[in-house]
Amino acid sequence: MTWWAVAVGAAFGAPCRYLLDAAVSARFGRRLPWGTLTVNLLGSAAAGLLAGAMVHRQIDDTVVALLGAGFLAAFTTASTFALEVVALAESGQRRGAGLIVALSVGPGIVLALAGFWLGQAL
Amino acid sequence: MTNGPAPEHDLGPPRTPRAAVLVGLGGAVGGLARLGVASVLPHAPGTWAWSTLVANASGCFALAALVALLAARFPTSHDLRLLLGTGVLGGYTTFSTFTVDVLELLRAGREPMAGAYIGVSVASMLLATVLGLRLARAALGGGEQR
Repeated sequence: MTWWAVAVGAAFGAPCRYLLDAAVSARFGRRLPWGTLTVNLLGSAAAGLLAGAMVHRQIDDTVVALLGAGFLAAFTTASTFALEVVALAESGQRRGAGLIVALSVGPGIVLALAGFWLGQAL
Repeated sequence: MTNGPAPEHDLGPPRTPRAAVLVGLGGAVGGLARLGVASVLPHAPGTWAWSTLVANASGCFALAALVALLAARFPTSHDLRLLLGTGVLGGYTTFSTFTVDVLELLRAGREPMAGAYIGVSVASMLLATVLGLRLARAALGGGEQR
């Protein structure tokens, strides 16, 4: 079982999200949640890359658990994303809320696909 | 006037090593909880991922309720927000697993299912959040205030 690898990966992934979110928010402001968008897009691209890299080569289960279900899954977040979108909508910024949903979901999937093709080609 | 998200979302004090440790400890717990959900609801790649849906929707509900509770009862406790919110629930829920689930459905040639999975995922995250906020605010016995 690779449960410990998930725990260790997540123990690093979550603080990396927190620090990157804080850095992005400090630079671009908190009017819209750019920090969460950044981690979710970066994490999706990296997770796609990992999935692509596994197609042609054997990667150890522990490494996959550490990076994928551990680090990247905890680096990205659905709960903060949804909370920030709902908070925007509640404060009357419906367009901002819609923009964040659109920018997270569409580009997130496209970046995962791009990462996958890149990982497969490497 | 054009302020950002609700004050409930304030992340609190600036980054400190202590804050990063709290988030890391919480993240490990959240990651293990997500693994627990995945082991109860296993799925093959390229099939409908109930585990991701359930973890994300339940985590969205819990974070919303937690944030409403903290705002009402412990407005100065940044530590609880960091450990339980940013750490445990942020680490429990995931966006990259959701996008890779979609990727695997597309690889399997299941485009309609991928579309449905995207819609159900996003809708359940947002609905669970609204529900978590409303129930917590109602339970805390206050309307908009408190």
